[in-house]
Amino acid sequence: MALTGVQIFKLLPKTNCKKCGFPTCLAFAMKLAQGGVDLSACPDVSEEAKKTLGEASAPPIRSFSLGSGEKSVKMGGENVLFRHDKKFINPCVLAVNIADTLSDDELAGKAEEVAASELERVGQKLRIDAISIEYASGDAAKYEAAVKLVADKAPDVALILNCKDAGAAEAAVKAVANRKPLLYCATDETAEAMANIAKTNSVPLAACAEGPEALSLLTEKIKGLGVEDMVLDSGAKTAKEIIEHNTQIRRSALKKNFKPLGYPIINYVIRDDSTLETAIASVAIAKYASIVVLSSVEKWKNLALFTVRQNIYTDPQVPMQVEQKIYEISEPTADSPLMITTNFSLTYFIVSGEVENSKVPSRLAVMDCEGLSVLTAWAAGKFTAAKIAQFIIESGVGDQVSNKELILPGQVAILSGALEDKLEGWKITVGPREANALPTYLKSREA
Amino acid sequence: MSYVVPKESFNGKVLSVDFGKDDKAISVGGENCLPFLSFEGDLPNRPVIAYEIQDCPPDDWPDTVKDVYKDVSGDPVTWAKHCQDNLNAKAIALRLVSTHPDRDNRSAEDAAKTIKDVLAAINVPLIILGSNHIEKDSAVLVAAAEAASGNNCIIGKAQEGNYKTIVAAALAHNHKLIAMSELDINLAKQLNILITQMGFDKSKLLTDPMCSALGYGLEYTYSVMERIRLAGLAQNDQTMQPPILGDVGIYVWKVKEVVAPEADLPEWGALEERGIAWEAVTATSMITSGTNLLIMRHPKAIETVEKTIEELT
Ligand code: B12
Ligand code: SF4
Repeated sequence: MALTGVQIFKLLPKTNCKKCGFPTCLAFAMKLAQGGVDLSACPDVSEEAKKTLGEASAPPIRSFSLGSGEKSVKMGGENVLFRHDKKFINPCVLAVNIADTLSDDELAGKAEEVAASELERVGQKLRIDAISIEYASGDAAKYEAAVKLVADKAPDVALILNCKDAGAAEAAVKAVANRKPLLYCATDETAEAMANIAKTNSVPLAACAEGPEALSLLTEKIKGLGVEDMVLDSGAKTAKEIIEHNTQIRRSALKKNFKPLGYPIINYVIRDDSTLETAIASVAIAKYASIVVLSSVEKWKNLALFTVRQNIYTDPQVPMQVEQKIYEISEPTADSPLMITTNFSLTYFIVSGEVENSKVPSRLAVMDCEGLSVLTAWAAGKFTAAKIAQFIIESGVGDQVSNKELILPGQVAILSGALEDKLEGWKITVGPREANALPTYLKSREA
Repeated sequence: MSYVVPKESFNGKVLSVDFGKDDKAISVGGENCLPFLSFEGDLPNRPVIAYEIQDCPPDDWPDTVKDVYKDVSGDPVTWAKHCQDNLNAKAIALRLVSTHPDRDNRSAEDAAKTIKDVLAAINVPLIILGSNHIEKDSAVLVAAAEAASGNNCIIGKAQEGNYKTIVAAALAHNHKLIAMSELDINLAKQLNILITQMGFDKSKLLTDPMCSALGYGLEYTYSVMERIRLAGLAQNDQTMQPPILGDVGIYVWKVKEVVAPEADLPEWGALEERGIAWEAVTATSMITSGTNLLIMRHPKAIETVEKTIEELT
């Protein structure tokens, strides 16, 4: 819980020496409570006060990265329960679980499948971020070898060492410690040994217990053993447990600032039926999981899960946008057609995708409408004849084309008259209403 | 500091709405907590899925979902019976697509006849949907309400531009009503107010804040639904307490991800599974954010969401 100004004041030297730039300690405390200054501005503050204040100002859900290097993924750090209040910050990690009992070829195949899972959607690169390697063989040497093999074959992918046996985990963690794997997991029985491994190798540790209450006791215990970066598994298996436990954990952290549950959540959602697993995963993604572990990563399934994750984690205040400019598709010449649309990412990617499909070299003028779709922008007065005319003139695109013709989206056909008046010397043509009609339309114009 | 289950208790409650007849009647809504959080409230009714059928062959549906109905979709009565008898549909949603002026422009009388025939053939509850043409729907749904008199159907959708006649018809023939607005909580609230001001009982209303498909505005629908739920529960806003309808299939089964063949986009994987997953994930997101009644198309997607609901309750 954030401290009040008065509570902070009690921890200060109370000398009113003004070295912090404030007339009194109380004034400084008040400012500190609002987050307007840093505690370090007071040179005389005690170590104890630093510790107390530091803890109080820590984010309610701890944030740290899984994996190392460029493709490591940040988790936690969330501030709200509902996405309409504020953007959800760190998109949930998607992982696949594989057993160490697979043959070397199968392990390598899986690792490569994950490494190649990257897709682009609405301008973002999306991928399966992690592999969970399960200790199923009962053979520690085999486990270590499997972990090393997967680490090798998937050099950019984060690792989760799914191994409840501290003996077997020790060597495996050590072998890939530079990759900052998540050690999954410590239970009440194995807490000391697992915490020791996590601490020695500086890797995060998952805590696993039955339900949020037992879990909160376990994380306190592990914290007492010196591990700071933890991930929570409340033992949730059914969709009901996932939604209820995850909600209780997130609420405890955010509304009660209950530190023992202020960590990212992991849900294993493994089901026999891959479509059902996809649906259950989507519940976990919407309801607060920071890591969702799947049993398989088919391409169709990845696309659906990447998309739902992207939808849930977009900023509700600012739609995804692309840069305003004249985009050249398939190397246009001076004779190529010129079209216009808005800078809402979804609109841009649908339209440019269809133009690419048509294989007709084209120019697409993308106008800044604060990320609104064509009709929304029109209704909001941002995609008007006057504004379009101004944009086209200022862009200078008229000098690049031999034929001054501008193709409008069919949904705003109503603008064509006014636009023709405002854009002197230009011919305004109304295109199809839906982008998927563009390939036929563009090809027929060429004929 | 020790753990205390962080419960919220709300003053408001979602209204419970029933539709259909006799032992096949179904209730939706009635909960006094956020979706599936049974640790802090009562959820007397689980979300229900209605199978969508239409009054003409589904020529504009993509193959993945068109083909599963190819032997029955030539006739709405056969199609409805197939859903009820072979697919165990708990409810059926009949969309009167052919009445649309740009389609076959069939008359309100034709629509009334179709409804009578379908109702005679099934005993599960029926949802009757227009073709989403503002003027035509008001004529068609008036005739439909009369044809279905005594069957306690849900009819819709009443929108800002046509609600008056449709509300009057639902009142006269004792049906439940869908009030639809476009992705704006204030518009949804305003329409519910206008409708209840006509003397329509708010406990016979369902709100459709407009669905959107995964990847195509799902986040807007998701958040509008969560906000409607919170307004009804936490602020006890009486106008925001009707159960929520999610008309999923029609929005899903037209986006590129459910039609583009794997040959064109190998990185998107198998088309059939992709389409089914797209509908299932969209529907699952809707029930997670507050939907009480879903309208869906593909039997496998429906089965998946049924299993998800089973796990959630
Ligand atoms: C989601 C949405 C919103 C979101 C905004 C999303 C966004 N980033 O734009 C929110 C909730 C913020 C919103 C707000 C408003 N909205 Co709004 N909104 C919608 C909704 C439901 C979907 C829009 C969308 O995302 N479409 C998807 C994109 C990809 O479509 P698109 O850009 O048009 O592109 C397609 C085509 O136009 C074509 N295309 C695009 N470019 C080009 C170029 C060429 C050359 C060609 C040939 C084709 C082409 O290809 C694309 C795919 O086929 C529509 C209703 C609907 N179902 O369409 C209403 C709608 C657009 N909104 C509307 C209105 C009135 C508004 C508001 C003014 C009031 C309100 N209802 O709240 C505000 C204005 C916002 C503001 N800032 O002031 C009206 C517009 C009415 C009209 N016919 O003029 C609509 C139609 C709803 C309605 N019937 O009332 N809205
Ligand atoms: S520097 Fe520290 S001790 Fe001096 S006035 Fe500021 S807060 Fe008080």
